[in-house]
Amino acid sequence: MEIIVSSTVGILTAGGVYLLLRLRTFPVILGITLMSYAVNVFLFASGRLAIDQSPILSTYGEASYSDPLPQALVLTAIVISFGMTAVLVMIGLGAFLEAGNDRIDISPDDAGEDAPN
Amino acid sequence: MHWIIIPVILPAMLAPIIGFVMRWDMPLARTASVAGTVALVAVALGLTALAAGGETHVYRLGDWPAPFGIVLVLDRLSALMVLLTAVLALIVLIHAIATGWDARGRHFHALFQFQLMGICGAFLTGDVFNLFVFFEVLLIASYGLMIHSGGRDRMRAGLQYVVMNLAGSTLFLFALGTLYASTGTLNIADLAAKLPDMPAEEAALVRVAAMLLMIVFAVKAALFPVQFWLPETYANAPAPVAALFAIMTKVGAYAIIRIHTVAFGPGVPGTEGLAGSWLFPAAIVTIAVGAFGVLGARRLMPLIAFSAIGSMGTLLVAVAAFSPDATTAALYYMVHSTFAAACLFLVADLVVSRRSDDTLAAAPATAQNGLFAALFFAAAIAMAGMPPLSGFLGKLLVLDALRAPETLAWAWSAVLIGSLLTIVGFARAGSTLFWKSTAIPVPASQPDAAPFPNARATEIAPVMAGLATLFALAVFAGPLAAYLEATSAQIFDRAGYVAAVLEAGEED
Amino acid sequence: MSDGGHFLFLIALLPFIGALVPGVMIRAGRTSCATFTAVPTALALVMLMILAPDVLRGEVITAEVEWLPQLGLSASFFLDGLGLLFAAMILGVGLLITLYARFYLSGEDPMGQFYTYLLLFQGAMLGIVISDNILLLLIFWELTSLSSFLLIGYWKHLPEGRQGARMALAVTGAGGLAMIGGMLILGSIAGSYNLTDILQAGDEIRASEWYLPALILILIGAFAKSAQFPFHFWLPHAMAAPTPVSAYLHSATMVKAGVFLMARMWPVLSGTDAWFYIVATTGLVTMVLGALIALFKDDLKALLAFSTVSHLGLMTMLLGFGTEAAAVAAVFHIINHLTFKASLFMTAGIVDHEAHTRDIKRLGGLRHLMPVTFVIGTIGALSMAGIPLFNGFLSKELMLEEASHTGWAGSPYAVPVLATLGALLSVAYSFRFVGHVFLGPVRDDYPHKPHDPPFGMWAAPALLALLVVLIGVMPFLAEGIVTAAANAVTGGDLHPHLKIWHGVTPALWMSIIAVAGGAVLLMAHRPLDRAWIATPRPEAKVVFDSLVAGAAGLSRRVTEATHTGAISRYLAIFVVASVALGAVAFSGSGLGAPTRDLLPVPPVIAVGWLMLVVATVSVVVMHHHRFRALVLIGIIGLSISAGFVYLSAPDLALTQISVETVTIMLLLLALHFLPKVTPRESPVALKLRDGLIGLAAGAGVGGLAYAFLVRDVDTISDYHIANSYEGGGGTNVVNVILVDFRGYDTYGEIIVLGIAGFIIYALMYALLEGPAARRLINADYARDRSRDRHPLMMVVVTRVLMPIAFVVGIYIFLRGHNQPGGGFVAGLVIAIALLMQYMASGFAWTQARKRIEYHTMIGVGVVVAGLTGVGAWLAGQPFLTSAYTYVHLPPIEEFELATAMLFDLGVFLTVLGAVMLMLYSLSRIARFAGETVNVTPMDYDPAEQAAPEEDGS
Repeated sequence: MEIIVSSTVGILTAGGVYLLLRLRTFPVILGITLMSYAVNVFLFASGRLAIDQSPILSTYGEASYSDPLPQALVLTAIVISFGMTAVLVMIGLGAFLEAGNDRIDISPDDAGEDAPN
Repeated sequence: MHWIIIPVILPAMLAPIIGFVMRWDMPLARTASVAGTVALVAVALGLTALAAGGETHVYRLGDWPAPFGIVLVLDRLSALMVLLTAVLALIVLIHAIATGWDARGRHFHALFQFQLMGICGAFLTGDVFNLFVFFEVLLIASYGLMIHSGGRDRMRAGLQYVVMNLAGSTLFLFALGTLYASTGTLNIADLAAKLPDMPAEEAALVRVAAMLLMIVFAVKAALFPVQFWLPETYANAPAPVAALFAIMTKVGAYAIIRIHTVAFGPGVPGTEGLAGSWLFPAAIVTIAVGAFGVLGARRLMPLIAFSAIGSMGTLLVAVAAFSPDATTAALYYMVHSTFAAACLFLVADLVVSRRSDDTLAAAPATAQNGLFAALFFAAAIAMAGMPPLSGFLGKLLVLDALRAPETLAWAWSAVLIGSLLTIVGFARAGSTLFWKSTAIPVPASQPDAAPFPNARATEIAPVMAGLATLFALAVFAGPLAAYLEATSAQIFDRAGYVAAVLEAGEED
Repeated sequence: MSDGGHFLFLIALLPFIGALVPGVMIRAGRTSCATFTAVPTALALVMLMILAPDVLRGEVITAEVEWLPQLGLSASFFLDGLGLLFAAMILGVGLLITLYARFYLSGEDPMGQFYTYLLLFQGAMLGIVISDNILLLLIFWELTSLSSFLLIGYWKHLPEGRQGARMALAVTGAGGLAMIGGMLILGSIAGSYNLTDILQAGDEIRASEWYLPALILILIGAFAKSAQFPFHFWLPHAMAAPTPVSAYLHSATMVKAGVFLMARMWPVLSGTDAWFYIVATTGLVTMVLGALIALFKDDLKALLAFSTVSHLGLMTMLLGFGTEAAAVAAVFHIINHLTFKASLFMTAGIVDHEAHTRDIKRLGGLRHLMPVTFVIGTIGALSMAGIPLFNGFLSKELMLEEASHTGWAGSPYAVPVLATLGALLSVAYSFRFVGHVFLGPVRDDYPHKPHDPPFGMWAAPALLALLVVLIGVMPFLAEGIVTAAANAVTGGDLHPHLKIWHGVTPALWMSIIAVAGGAVLLMAHRPLDRAWIATPRPEAKVVFDSLVAGAAGLSRRVTEATHTGAISRYLAIFVVASVALGAVAFSGSGLGAPTRDLLPVPPVIAVGWLMLVVATVSVVVMHHHRFRALVLIGIIGLSISAGFVYLSAPDLALTQISVETVTIMLLLLALHFLPKVTPRESPVALKLRDGLIGLAAGAGVGGLAYAFLVRDVDTISDYHIANSYEGGGGTNVVNVILVDFRGYDTYGEIIVLGIAGFIIYALMYALLEGPAARRLINADYARDRSRDRHPLMMVVVTRVLMPIAFVVGIYIFLRGHNQPGGGFVAGLVIAIALLMQYMASGFAWTQARKRIEYHTMIGVGVVVAGLTGVGAWLAGQPFLTSAYTYVHLPPIEEFELATAMLFDLGVFLTVLGAVMLMLYSLSRIARFAGETVNVTPMDYDPAEQAAPEEDGS
């Protein structure tokens, strides 16, 4: 299971980074989405893996639970990255509408200028 | 003792009210925003006075004890940073209102207040994951401010800024995951307590976490090789926002000082010296990047942005030493460079808004050319580290603190040569903008050279205030340095920090 | 602080305070401006004179105030003989210059500005000569550079002025920075930055291994300031400044700062071979070179400038000799040079002012037209030439005397011969100054008919000329101050006797040779001049300019090559740096032995994993088809949430799914405006590079995850499990952590959502009001619209689902504290339900049925959450402290009410509001773009058979 999880993180990250380095806004957004999946799983995994040990306190006696803290952290992270993605999408849309293309790189503007003498 | 959380709650409550109650009434929104910021300054002053006592005050949120709940920690450092933020914010806010920037788009004041909330929260928290949360708060608010009033270039630069920081935030989470996985805690004091016991030969994961965190903070602090995003962003942000961003880079520097001194700093066998060994060379290169950028700039705003990068380099060179003396110097330089950069951006805004654009080419002199020239000259002096403003003292402090033989050669030549290039760069820019322009005849097409009305007192006042602050920093350098000395002493007293945080509220 | 110390402070402060005066007084007219400018200077001078007697008696007046003790910087001043000499020069000449400038400056020149700069400079210069702390001295040192920058650039419309100013700033600034280094080293050797302490630590410093670097750095500063070879070139270009400035800064005072510093440091630094060979040689070379160039300059001011360079060289050389007698000569020459050179500059200024030219070749015969000026100029020139009965002669004799018995690298002749040559050349150009300007026939082609200026203009130089003669005839007049200064320099107890006749000494012969030779040389000036012009020489300015331009160009290339605006490259660098540094950090230490054995992998999980892998790979491969990519992303998200379910994280699964859905919906809506395909534009190499970077990053984090997954660590979360029920009143530990233990995080998190809502709303307006609006209208988005946008089935289903969704949402919300769920998920579920309404029946129809305003929802949500937190204060508890109770109202079984739920309500509202505001903004844009909306629930309304009525917006 550990191998499954860590390889999942790895593969998602690899794909995410690749898309992150594309030249258009949309794939970059996809890349960031993949990366946030990856990091969420990663963060979740930092509490180690457990099966059938949901951190819902059982009313009957002793039971072992999976580490709840990372889960809470991941929830926070998910929500935040949702807000971020929404803003990113809108700004990407805005940039597209303003610029007419959705290139993400800015070619250096060649502004005329004098030598200061 | 709820004062500690006021810097977070006050703007956090004010912002939504401005956002949804006052969003159709600009005067009301402005009044509320200014009032809130003034109040923030007052509270910050109170907190600084409180922290000056030397005690580390802890605020247990939800009344849960550290490390299990989140705690706010008020010590000299965090108080100083909050005060710095508040004062800067007030100056910038007044400029934004006086120049009408705030009215060129929706929700400026709401976002501004949220921004302050995020920054103050980041400075006050004693929990690394909560630090992440407030980084996100201040970042998303800064996204909004960055693209305030829109426009093609600004939107594209804003997009880049967002993407860059989203990548940074992702790395932040990876680092935090690694940290929790290897230490089982998130509280800075708890880390400081646990890490020294970790055997040096089993510290690989912690070292990775420390290193990744440093990169995350380096992105904020615009440290080489992750500084590339800054010029484009600052140059295209609304000028008041760029001025406010002067504190954003300091958030990165603050985080490095806090985390890598208290948690991973001296006394931790696994990570000791790790951060410094990479921070130092990176900072040296950063100085060079800044200096080259200033000397080679074609446009005014990027020039200022690069000078800000250079100042971060100087600041972090001092931080990299991770010694109390150097930290004192670094803190002094941090306060100074924040105001210096802000002043430059505000002056530049006054000038550029009266010219066709910000290219460094001679155009017919604007009205009040002399006044603007004087203001720019003063701000540039401060940034380039020339007397009589605080930059010179800051530079001397940094140089003096880096006197150790192993750092001396690199640090001194970088700082000194760097400031020479900066001086030359500013001199070229200034003489073109303000002197050469007087030689350009006003084209007959537009008989009056000043399509703009003269700057009102309210437009000049913020810059003046900033410059006055820089002058005061120089005049009262003694008392300030004394406070900062105590501050860095407190930072390096890890045991004291740990005790204060982990034992907080146990008496009751 | 010694009595009189207060005076010292005032003296130091007065010019700076005075600097505020001219700017104001200029309103009262030029004369009153000048007068009031003179007041602070005069006052300071008076105070100085009050202190003078004690100082001449050998007393040292000190004054100190703490400034920055942490650095060892204190505002401490001290006045000894040397300081007194220079202070008197600075203030005295300052007064004369103020008078002179009143008449020199024309009506157009902003006089207030000029006097302000002048006083700033005066203050800075004064500071240099009386500071007792080398850091303080550095501050004043840099201030002189700045004020001279302003003064040289005073005529800002002239390119020469701007260039000269920048050059002076660059050179002296660079020198200053070097000196900072030197001074800091000096201070750390001596263990104090106080001059008086350092002067005591001479032997220690000379013995230190850091002596040489310190010496070199300090000398660079001094040489740059005093225009010593090879830094001499900036001074002539500084002559673009108005003549009063040239007379004041660039002959009398500022350029002597370097000499002053060498004199100051003389007891500490001199006396070593390094000192002798560096200082004396530089001085000698500068003296000869300066004099030689001066001889061939046709611009009066340039001639004087290079002669200044040469005489500064002379002083430097004397200090370099390192003998006490030489020091005396140096001090004496400082005085004499001041008197004759300042008067000469003013004379040149008068000529320029009257004849409207400074070109010697266009002048001549002026003695008839301007007799007064002629007399003054001649006195100065003769003194500069070192003719007896003028003060220049005396110090030159002393110089030659010293030179005559100074060997250089074993050769006894080198120094005397070159010194004589220098003197000879200076005789030549001095004679030329008189001969080619004043003597000769009157010409009729002056640009402007010259005549003597008003008294006010020639008074100042006349006074100086008078001094020249007085000292020249009665040298003992200067003995007092020279003695005091010389003793201050050498720290010895000398009693020099300045007299005209020393008997027949080698020096006498040398100066006879000099005078005779000089006269002869002038005779042969014409042919020599032609030869000089013919011979190619490196033009310092050209070199310097190309240097600066080169540096600037290089910086520009470097900067623009690295900061290309290509974020994809920045990100690549960022990722690579992270991976590399992470690897380095990892390799720096090891890991403990694995402590956990691996969990089994049931086949279904393996299949899910495979699906996820395939989906990911396909996203990467076919991301160009954006819709497909989105669908695949959805699949990935789903399989992840499945994984969460399996790995005992029900809350995560729930949240993941709902966020997933909303995100995809938003992306779909946005994609409506974006291109549907990503062009294939990156070359294979780039793809390969990025692929490798991606794999490296993936391997890194994957490995990292595996590394800790197989090792245990005890965490703080046992506490949360233990206290969740008693302390937090909930059995769903995750939710309790979210709303209670770490409620503060959640608070921040909903703030983030709220901000997101605001930003998107603001952005929408920025777009609709900006240029983007035009593009929106012109773009034809109707293309990809299906004919039946609101199918009957979907409408019906969503209508049915609506209430169910609400119930589910409320249920999820209520149970959240004890079972998986909570405000966030509930908010999303309801948001999804609403979104479905919009999809089914279009925006307008649903909008019309919207009750609440989204901004309000966000605002209320954030405020409610905040208030819940603040509410705890009433109970005297910290922010966000929760309280709960169990309510029992039949028929429902007992249930719990916790303030945490109120907090959760805030979360709920914010989430709902934010999501809906996003949708609202998107649809606003859509309608603006010409998207038609229907007010009926369906395009084809079965109720009426009418054609779909569409009202465009």
